[in-house]
Amino acid sequence: MEQQYIDLYKQQNDSIKKHSAAVMNDSRDASFALFQKLGFPTSALENYKYTDLKEALSVDYGLNINRISVPVNPYEVFSCDVPGIHSYLYFVVNDAFYPVNDARNNVLPKGVIIGSLKEVANTHPELLKDYYGKLSTIKEDGLIAFNGAFAQDGFFMYVPKNVVMDRPVQLVNILRSDVDFMANSHNLVILEEGAKAQLLVCDHTVDDVRFFANRVTEVFVAQNASYEHYKLENTHIKTTNLATLLIDQQASSKVLANVITLHNGVTRNTIEIDLDGENCETLLCGMVIADKKQQVDNFTSVIHNKPNCQSRELFKYVLDDMSKGGFTGKLYVAKDAQKTAAFQTNRNILLSKTAKMRTKPQLEIYADDVKCSHGATIGSLDETAKFYMQSRGISEEEARLLLMFAFTNDVIENIQIPALQDRMKLLVEKRLRGELSKCEGCVICQ
Amino acid sequence: MLQIKNLHASINGKEILKGLDLVVRPGEIHAIMGPNGAGKSTLASVLTGNTAFEVTKGDVTFNGKDLLELSPENRSREGIFLSFQYPVEIPGVSMVNFMRSALNEHRKYKNLEPLSATDFLRTMREKKELVEMDNKLANRSVNEGFSGGEKKRNEIFQMAMLDPKLAILDETDSGLDIDALRIVANGVNKLKRPDNASIVITHYQRLLDYIVPDFVHVLYDGRIVKSGGKELALELEERGYDWIKKEVDEAI
Repeated sequence: MEQQYIDLYKQQNDSIKKHSAAVMNDSRDASFALFQKLGFPTSALENYKYTDLKEALSVDYGLNINRISVPVNPYEVFSCDVPGIHSYLYFVVNDAFYPVNDARNNVLPKGVIIGSLKEVANTHPELLKDYYGKLSTIKEDGLIAFNGAFAQDGFFMYVPKNVVMDRPVQLVNILRSDVDFMANSHNLVILEEGAKAQLLVCDHTVDDVRFFANRVTEVFVAQNASYEHYKLENTHIKTTNLATLLIDQQASSKVLANVITLHNGVTRNTIEIDLDGENCETLLCGMVIADKKQQVDNFTSVIHNKPNCQSRELFKYVLDDMSKGGFTGKLYVAKDAQKTAAFQTNRNILLSKTAKMRTKPQLEIYADDVKCSHGATIGSLDETAKFYMQSRGISEEEARLLLMFAFTNDVIENIQIPALQDRMKLLVEKRLRGELSKCEGCVICQ
Repeated sequence: MLQIKNLHASINGKEILKGLDLVVRPGEIHAIMGPNGAGKSTLASVLTGNTAFEVTKGDVTFNGKDLLELSPENRSREGIFLSFQYPVEIPGVSMVNFMRSALNEHRKYKNLEPLSATDFLRTMREKKELVEMDNKLANRSVNEGFSGGEKKRNEIFQMAMLDPKLAILDETDSGLDIDALRIVANGVNKLKRPDNASIVITHYQRLLDYIVPDFVHVLYDGRIVKSGGKELALELEERGYDWIKKEVDEAI
């Protein structure tokens, strides 16, 4: 499987680099060498035992190394209006940043730069050089290495010191192709000291072909900065969506990440948050609703490197039919990270006998003055509560729905953008009612 | 209104109700008393359709309909209400959503339009006052973090909202202090009309000082073994159940 991509890289090396930027090319060959060494991860690896890519990788995908423009105008196809969200809206179509329609976006706050990673890497290389690949290239992970070799573009956001974004930023990843297609993109987010930003990433598929997306996002949150990252996936069943989110937090910074999978094919979210300064606050949440043969694996790591930080983690899954869920909650507390408070919860409901959930808390604590806890449960709906509701005249169907909705509610409550929270409540309810049984293009944005 | 004939029911193969007969007519209040394990709560569960219990024999008709054929939700929509001995906490489901779903399903069953938001909230407000329920409770998740007394008040509040034809109060007095008991009983009395009825299941006579029954039945070993007027409750209070057990055992 790897060989065709190795050959492709060698043959197309010049093209790949020509259509990217120097800062990105600097580490490209090293990433490729690492990929050659590691290959694609298999479920034999401990970190990938809940993700099986064998079938997805047997497909012959097209890549768009020579950056031939895709005949789609996302601004026309998608009229994005989560009511009241008023975001700064950007698109990555497949693996390329789509030119910004300035008329749609108000003027950004002073000094903020948002745009194509490739372009900013060419126009402002000094901005990127201390950041690009700093979190990703050190990872011994075949998918991240593959991304480092093949990603040529992506989304870039820079928020300078003490600038507060007045509106959320929305990035819509659209997969659009007439043939089976592979997209690699790299996103980079930099928040300087005291900056504040909210980013909503939406993943969508348009065409009825096989898609394989492998995206890496690096986020740097400087001292006293505050960052919220929402990822909302609503892709079709033929999609393999591999998303790596790497966040570095400096002292007294705050991060909220909320990763919601509403509909998908095979999804792997690799999330690592490094707390590299004191007094950081981190809240990492996620939710999965899956049925049919969908698979979702959330592999999360929260790394406490410094003392006096707090982290909370909350993931909830509702699995029906033959769907499979995986959750790993790695919590690392370094020897010097005293007074760490870290709590992790993973709760899962199986609605069918054939749905499967595998969950693994993994705590490594080397400090001795810490408060850490973890809990994982797998169960079915509360029958007593269901009967109580039925005895009040609520139908069994509606009672199940209310209970499932209640189950996911605390994850939705952790969305700090009110318009998005309202919209999510509606979407989750529709999803649980079976009204989103397939991806309807951009459901989020209609 | 309600006719129970020779009702047998078991749980996990163990027979609890062993041929129970009872007739309830509109406007009546029936008290069912009896020692622990006699089958009082089983009766309540069977009448509301709890699937943990299996009806092995007997008939129950409710306003001419075969009650045992109906789903739990349709029994409720037909007008049966159970005030639970142990009300269930449902984290994440707000009282408002819960009540609105219930009320509108009742209305749908009667081919009525859903209540408007204003009408619904006004009804909520009126019924809350009936049981002196704190506004804050209505804004929380169903029964979550409620005290014992608050939970029981919430049961009567739900009863007021759904306006049942037959209310079954299962040990509604347990765990209540005297003030809460009075409030709950007042609520029940205010809801009493000539066209509805109640079955009050209780251990103690004390609740019957407030909710005065027309009939008192003693349930023992799965059957009603003695029936009388409200004075029977006083006699049971004074003498306990042993004399009844003795009477029954001697009769066998």
